Amino acid sequence: MQAEKKPQQQQNLLEIKGLKKYFPVGGGSFFKKDNTYVKAVDDVSFYVKQGETLGIVGESGCGKSTMGRAILQLQTPTEGEVLFEGQDISKFKPKQLRELRKDIQIIFQDPFGSLNQRMTVGAMLSEIVRVHRIVPRSEELTYVQKLLKDVGLNPEHYWRYPHEFSGGQRQRVSIARALAVQPKLIICDEAVSALDVSVQAQVLNLLQKLKRKYNLTYIFISHDLSVVKHISDRVGVMYLGKLVELSDKHGIYKEPQHPYTQALFSAIPDVSVQEKKERMMLKGDVPSPLNVPSGCRFHTRCPLATEQCKQEIPEFRETKDGHKVACHLV
Amino acid sequence: MEQATEANVKQKIPNPRVEMFKAMMGRFFQNKLAVLGGFFTFLLIFMAIFASVIVPHDPIEQNYSEIMMSPSADHWFGTDEIGRDIFSRVIYGAQVSLQAGLISVGIALAVGVPIGLISGYYRGFWDEFVIMRFTDAMLSFPPLVLALALAAVLGAGLENAMIAIGIVLTPNFIRLIRAEVIAHREREYVEAGKASGLRDWRIILIHILPNTLAPIMVQATLAIASAIISEASLSYLGLGTQPPDPSWGAMLADGQGYLSDAPWIALFPGIFIFITVLSINLFGDGIRDMLDPKLK
Repeated sequence: MQAEKKPQQQQNLLEIKGLKKYFPVGGGSFFKKDNTYVKAVDDVSFYVKQGETLGIVGESGCGKSTMGRAILQLQTPTEGEVLFEGQDISKFKPKQLRELRKDIQIIFQDPFGSLNQRMTVGAMLSEIVRVHRIVPRSEELTYVQKLLKDVGLNPEHYWRYPHEFSGGQRQRVSIARALAVQPKLIICDEAVSALDVSVQAQVLNLLQKLKRKYNLTYIFISHDLSVVKHISDRVGVMYLGKLVELSDKHGIYKEPQHPYTQALFSAIPDVSVQEKKERMMLKGDVPSPLNVPSGCRFHTRCPLATEQCKQEIPEFRETKDGHKVACHLV
Repeated sequence: MEQATEANVKQKIPNPRVEMFKAMMGRFFQNKLAVLGGFFTFLLIFMAIFASVIVPHDPIEQNYSEIMMSPSADHWFGTDEIGRDIFSRVIYGAQVSLQAGLISVGIALAVGVPIGLISGYYRGFWDEFVIMRFTDAMLSFPPLVLALALAAVLGAGLENAMIAIGIVLTPNFIRLIRAEVIAHREREYVEAGKASGLRDWRIILIHILPNTLAPIMVQATLAIASAIISEASLSYLGLGTQPPDPSWGAMLADGQGYLSDAPWIALFPGIFIFITVLSINLFGDGIRDMLDPKLK
């Protein structure tokens, strides 16, 4: 909150300008390639300030994860700039990228697939520590065991294999792996989605504790609106590869401005009996990212769509202090 | 080992390397068939190495007074059509057959594994249009015909036969490993490795390769079996081991003309080929399971 009031004083740790990631579709014949693309991420711009948590929400397939990977350069962006501490990392050479991995880390969704089954947890963490020369070799074991303690595991877990852990514990191992290099920014790509609700809460609390302890910045990608609300300072909403609304948490959850955000947030289950929320139902399905609608991408499902929405792409502009929306009607 | 663990005992932490090794050994010895396979494999290797000490007769000495004798106390496995002691020949034949199996598969692994790993990991033009099409071309030949052609070009003899068999086996390994690598490179643990800033070679060798070990192991043990048989075929056709040196394949071939009169000539080398192949397979399975930490 404090941070939101004085946005100018805090440094932008990460800034993304016009990020695009298109995937070619293997259509056409052998000789004549079809030039169709899946526009997974299409012209997204935002910034993340040092020390904050930016939540990114959206339906499955809206490009959230692809965006996370494009920021990390795990998938080379088709277009656009990714400025980390002022440097455009999308132009980095492999060697510079490896160095960059010390600063930006990722926690994956699947706690089963993201750990190498053949390696003990300790071997895996030590390898990273050694490759980046985080601590001298003699202190490696102590350092990694401290990491394990930090994420709520036992030092003895150093010698265990991933399959000996529960889902929640594995996710803690993933967090330890991300922390091992002492990063500044961690992208949590659906980091708690695969976990039980009770374990989710534990892991979320752990992430917040670590954030305070190590002064971390998070980009928290999730489809779970309540989780994002709980952890984020600011929230961005994505629809079909585009950011439709971005604001601080209280602004966006109290007064969503974009019709899509309104519909999305009205779907959050509510337990309170007093106020009965009006549920906004959307018609139809999300259009295929292969063939995105003209103009505003949401116009096919928007209850308020006008002729203008069908033709002009709405600009992503600031409507209030720090509240950005891409809609003609706002 | 005692000294190494002593320091750890004081801290009440068992030495993890020793623990891991113990767990591995435990997994191996639990599998009785694998132990049996391993025992026979080593017995055969031992036999091959100390052949000259073990054999009761000279394997190439012909004795026309004792032609096609059935097994007896003097000639345990009988004698062949020119009076050579089959037991001695089988023992010496182990040298040839084991060499043929191990070395030709070794060649195939040495060439196939790196190419398969690189091809599968990097994909692209070289993988798609050069390496894959080349393996297709090689696989389109019947394996024995290709081995025959290669051996003929290289010249007769055991070494050249092993090289020829190795080359013929290679495309199978390339394709198998490439397919495995392609399946694994999309997995999140590989992506996580990249995100951790690991170099490609480290991801390929330390992360992907151990995960593809199981099918490689199975394929290799099966290939040893087929290499032994291929060497036998080449010897039969005169391109492998040169007479009078004994090789199980050549003996089997010699014996087939006398199957009704003196079945032991073909029977004993046949039994040994069978036992060798089976033992190596069981042993290989055991090693595969031993290396898999998921199995308790």
